[in-house]
Amino acid sequence: MKILVCLSKVPDTTTKISFTDNNTKFNAQGVTWILNPTDEWYALVRALEIVEQQGGSVTVIHVGNAEGDQLIRKALAIGANDAVRIDVEPQDAFQAAANIAQYAAQQSYDLIMTGKETINYNGAIVGGIIAEILELPYVSLASSLDVNGSTATMKCEIEGGEETVEASLPLVVSANKGMAEQRIPNMRGIMTARTKPLSVIPAFANTQTQVEVVKFEAPPTRGNVHLVDPDNMDELVRLLHDEAKVI
Amino acid sequence: MESTSNNIHRVAKQDPYQYHDYYNIDDLLSDEHKIIREAARDWVKREVSPIIEDCAQKCIFPKQIIKGLGEIGAFGPTIPVEYGGGGLDYISYGILMQELERCDSGIRSTASVQGSLVMFPIYEFGSEAQRKKYLPKLATGEMMGCFGLTEPNHGSNPAGMTSHIKDKGDYYLLNGAKMWISNAPFADIAVVWAKDEAGDIRGMVLERGMEGFSTPEMHGKWSLRASATGELIFQDVKVPKENVFPDIKGLKGPLSCLSSARFGIAWGVIGAALDCYDSALRYSQERIQFDKPIGAFQLTQKKLAEMITEITKAQLLAWRLGVLKNEKRATPAQISMAKRNNVEMAINIAREARQIHGGMGITGEYPIMRHMMNLESVITYEGTHDIHLLITGMDVTGFNAFK
Ligand SMILES: Cc1cc2nc3c(=O)[nH]c(=O)nc-3n(C[C@H](O)[C@H](O)[C@H](O)COP(=O)(O)OP(=O)(O)OC[C@H]3O[C@@H](n4cnc5c(N)ncnc54)[C@H](O)[C@@H]3O)c2cc1C
Repeated sequence: MKILVCLSKVPDTTTKISFTDNNTKFNAQGVTWILNPTDEWYALVRALEIVEQQGGSVTVIHVGNAEGDQLIRKALAIGANDAVRIDVEPQDAFQAAANIAQYAAQQSYDLIMTGKETINYNGAIVGGIIAEILELPYVSLASSLDVNGSTATMKCEIEGGEETVEASLPLVVSANKGMAEQRIPNMRGIMTARTKPLSVIPAFANTQTQVEVVKFEAPPTRGNVHLVDPDNMDELVRLLHDEAKVI
Repeated sequence: MESTSNNIHRVAKQDPYQYHDYYNIDDLLSDEHKIIREAARDWVKREVSPIIEDCAQKCIFPKQIIKGLGEIGAFGPTIPVEYGGGGLDYISYGILMQELERCDSGIRSTASVQGSLVMFPIYEFGSEAQRKKYLPKLATGEMMGCFGLTEPNHGSNPAGMTSHIKDKGDYYLLNGAKMWISNAPFADIAVVWAKDEAGDIRGMVLERGMEGFSTPEMHGKWSLRASATGELIFQDVKVPKENVFPDIKGLKGPLSCLSSARFGIAWGVIGAALDCYDSALRYSQERIQFDKPIGAFQLTQKKLAEMITEITKAQLLAWRLGVLKNEKRATPAQISMAKRNNVEMAINIAREARQIHGGMGITGEYPIMRHMMNLESVITYEGTHDIHLLITGMDVTGFNAFK
């Protein structure tokens, strides 16, 4: 079983978000990057569990500049066997996905896994684009994944219930909460990560972004909260009508 | 609330702590240092933060975290890999101690004792057989150790100790008592320092179960309540000769262990200070009085600004000391200066942070009071605040003011 896990870097959840270049670029100055949580906690850990049960190897892949190396080392410390970094800072999901797909096309992975979505852009489309380019089946938002021979079984949450689907390998899967539990790297893992291979390769041809960011805007700051006494219904109605103008 | 083993309650509330690095000191650390720190922090938040308050309130050391402490590398990270250690540098050791003490000085104490006061002397002074017998098990936590130097009548002046061994041909006969010994109540082994017939201080490893050796727990502490403290009592204990460290004689044996542990404290207490600062900063932004967040008042800002200034200075001192220690150039006096300065910094910050939290600051809802009480031990053990001052005084003047 050969599994490729796609890892994205995202700003730490406590980052103060700001923009530069006339609000067309994210200001990465002083940002602490972390592994995208659903990539790390669910996709990577489930891949490791499958390989631990059935044998094989887990390769992690990251599209981005050298700032990602520390995060890749962490993934190796958690247990991945080797790593690839495609040395270009992606401007959109297509650029990341197209590079990963071209790399994967040269190898033969049974499974390609991503997290559900990144916590910065929430696009949730990298897996789908990879599957499309490689002409593989794609199951998104799987909250469990089991592999039996050449068949994968996945459960996906749907409105009001759960759906169980099967697909044959090779396959692209995006991992949702429930697929696995976060693993904290231990000291042994951190030490062995030092010697695991991390290869850095240049971007593939025809993978440039196809969209241009025109403008980023921060959400409007939250207005003042107006507390109304529960006994004063008239005042509430008046405020909703006269000030909020919603009734 | 759900219960865990031995009646410790686990709270559902997430530990909101965030690290603060005002001077980008992270740029001075390696990627591996940061991975170690993040792993330790994640582990602490998941396994220790939810239970620490209850452990401290109930005066219980949470034994269920021992295995995890071993896994994150908290036990003897600088001991070579062939003996089960991490083979890491001293900055890694400092980082681990800081992440533990960020949660609780008592948990850090347990790790300090195991790594610096038990594994370090066995590695440094032990025979090859002693190293092989004890170190790998100590590194995983399968075996826990304690360190007996202080006696009821000899604290700051350990050279005056009265515990002693007599050579009986096949074995040594040990008599005496130690007091204030962290981990003693549950330790499997004890590194004990006692005088031989020539009056030289010798080190030896005692094992639980040796006849005449007991470890009663000390009760009634208002500080380090999540760490177990006890006595070591030796009544005609027959210590096999192979349990005594072969070559080391005199006070420099125990003092070199203390240098290593004090180094860990100089880093560790920054964690306690950061936790207090972090909590106070958040509280000052959320708590409204006179229609404003209290952080908008100049007096609160003065407190917070001074806190982060002092933390930043302490971080730089610790980092520099780490580099010197890695290069084997850190002197005991330099370590004393950092221990003394950083513990005082942390205790002052805990007190200021307590005030920012108002009445809430005295409750177990916030970690402040627990840190503050813990630090009262930390400022006393491993050399008291004043003793470290005298060490610096002696180092700069050349005059010994101890006697
Ligand atoms: C919670 C806790 C855990 C501990 N764990 C351990 C352990 O695991 N192993 C271990 O061996 N010990 C341990 N200790 C003991 C600790 O190291 C001693 O408490 C410390 O060395 C001080 O000794 P003392 O309490 O006897 O105080 P004393 O030495 O009696 O000091 C009392 C006061 O007198 C001052 N003083 C003493 N001599 C001088 C002088 N020459 N000039 C000026 N002032 C002086 C001191 O600074 C202090 O303020 C622990 C202590 C505590 C509180």
